[in-house]
Amino acid sequence: MAMKELYARLKALYPLGELTDQRRDLAFVTLPAAHLRDTILHLRDKEGFTHLVLLTAVDWLEEGQFQLTYLLNNRQRACDLGLRVMISRDAATMEGIHDIWPTAATYQRELREMFGIDFPGSPRIEEEFILEGWNDIPPYRRDFDTLKYAQEAYAERPGRVTHDPETHMRLQMYPGQHPAGK
Amino acid sequence: MMTKPELMKRMVKGPDGLEFEVDPLRDYYCEAPPTVMPGAYIQIVEDFFNWARSQSLWILGFGTGCGAIEMRPLMTPRFDAYRFGVAWRPTPRQANLFIISGYLSTKTLKRAIRAYEQMQNPKYVIGLGSCTINGGMYWDSYNTIKKLDEYLPVDLYIAGCMPRPEALLAGFEEMKKIIRAGKAEGANQYAENFAWYKANQKRVIHDWDMPDYNW
Amino acid sequence: MDFDWMKIPYAFLTVFIVVNYGFLMGALIQKIGARAGRRHGIPIWQYYLDVIKNYGLRSSITHGVMFYLGPVFRLSGGVGLLLFMPVIYGSYMFSNFSFAGDLILALYFVFFGTLGMALGAGESGHPHAAIGVTRGLQQVSMAELPFAMAVFSVALQYQTLSMTDIVAAQQGGLANWTLFTNPIAVAAAMLAFLGSMMRPPFDVFIAPQEIPIGPPTEYHSSYLALMQTNRAIFPVAKIVIYMNLFFGGAGSWPELFVKVFFLYLFSAFVGVCFPRFRVEQSVRFFLVWGVPLGILSIMVV
Repeated sequence: MAMKELYARLKALYPLGELTDQRRDLAFVTLPAAHLRDTILHLRDKEGFTHLVLLTAVDWLEEGQFQLTYLLNNRQRACDLGLRVMISRDAATMEGIHDIWPTAATYQRELREMFGIDFPGSPRIEEEFILEGWNDIPPYRRDFDTLKYAQEAYAERPGRVTHDPETHMRLQMYPGQHPAGK
Repeated sequence: MMTKPELMKRMVKGPDGLEFEVDPLRDYYCEAPPTVMPGAYIQIVEDFFNWARSQSLWILGFGTGCGAIEMRPLMTPRFDAYRFGVAWRPTPRQANLFIISGYLSTKTLKRAIRAYEQMQNPKYVIGLGSCTINGGMYWDSYNTIKKLDEYLPVDLYIAGCMPRPEALLAGFEEMKKIIRAGKAEGANQYAENFAWYKANQKRVIHDWDMPDYNW
Repeated sequence: MDFDWMKIPYAFLTVFIVVNYGFLMGALIQKIGARAGRRHGIPIWQYYLDVIKNYGLRSSITHGVMFYLGPVFRLSGGVGLLLFMPVIYGSYMFSNFSFAGDLILALYFVFFGTLGMALGAGESGHPHAAIGVTRGLQQVSMAELPFAMAVFSVALQYQTLSMTDIVAAQQGGLANWTLFTNPIAVAAAMLAFLGSMMRPPFDVFIAPQEIPIGPPTEYHSSYLALMQTNRAIFPVAKIVIYMNLFFGGAGSWPELFVKVFFLYLFSAFVGVCFPRFRVEQSVRFFLVWGVPLGILSIMVV
């Protein structure tokens, strides 16, 4: 209920997309990248969403877009609001929010390394975050073939077998029974 | 390759006003490659030393992966590994046994190699968990190695995901047998096949910003 | 002054006995501590194995001359302490090289090893070794203060600086021990004793697992083995001083073993009962409790 009211108040100020009411205390809303900063500042200063829980990204490869999710938390009312921003996948760039929450700088470094999303002006954005000497496309992009990379880059020990856990355990526990029989 | 500014050759001004040149890789590390060190000349002395080594396993307290959590219970009253002559040391200089506890990302591998090279001959490596054997559940990961013995000489593997502390205790007993039999010569094996190990290590560690051998 | 050459092999015998006793007793105390934590603890011969193992390591590296000398200083601190005091009272064999002013020398030797470590660890090039040494020296100097005062008090009381004379004055029954004739000095000294035994609650600066920056970080192989040997000798030597000054000395080896064991047990007992102090806390502890007691003991005498 509270989320609906909040959405109505915000809707009057900014061009928002649909509200996804996940739970009583969790909702998501999509908005254009240009209005993100104003909305965040409004939410922080007027609505009590003082805490940045996380900043993460989703790769919508087919649509050619990255989705950035800014999850904000209102400590007073114990509810979370996620702001979703869609940006273009090629030459992905986004305005940083490290001046609003300094912690965001770390998330932005991670996003740059793992997804290749640039945040110009973010502190230490050029530095390596956790990968050292990475020499391929960013590994969390969906067009990065993890299996192929692992096979090419790292030596393997032959003889590795993969079992379907259910079938394997049934054969182990009830030998002689047909694997497909339930 | 050498991108880190603290590793670059540079001029430093000391507190007394003198300027001098510092080349960290040359000045702060010893680059001499490891040599094969034979045991004592008399076999019975070497056997005696091996017996003492097997009864006094000092583990490097460096948890590389999730398996490190299995080592902690060993210090507690329930398992009490100390009664088997197993102890944990905080520094590689004093440790003899390096337990690679679980998956090794390439970033951790770099640190593991450095720690291993700082240990003193003879030294032993135990690979703990499936991840060190064939990658385990990280078999298709983009940044974990899958076969530990390509990069470090491994004396013993303990299979499981994760092995229980009991398995680790059994592994220590097995390790003791190997040491007593005089077969735990990993350090010399490393020195003999140094070029091969280095080539393997450099194939996965792309930003090699340390000397080839650092103690 | 006539020097008896036969004293030299006797002194070696003393060191030999003390090393073995130190190893076994150290392990036994470890075991008792482990029992308090409901563990079995290390085997009683574990320290021998560790030392043999460390001497038996094939490679060792050095960081310079002082790096060598650190453990050597430390060991000579322990051995020197032992050699210049009367270990067994009234025994010609084991009175070693004690002389009239040996109390002063003993006070100096207690500190000697730590200083040697400071020099050696400084040379190791480990950036945090200096911090570790400073913390160690800070605490040991603070713990020395009440002890030094207690020693002055005892020296005043017996009007001598010779340990043999002090022990002689305490013979003839329990009531003659300094423990009963000068209890305040003994109390001050026992607080100092806790501080210098490198057991909890005063062992933060050597607790390696918690702060891997301590002085011995870079030491390994034979260096470490030397230091371990000293870890066996030094506590015994120090306890022998305490025994001589405050607890009536020992007339025979069994008496010495029993007294040293119980004194060591005292520090172990305190150790398993109390949590660790941080260095600045222990400094304050010694200033607030140890030093006034020491001053009081001098005043009373």
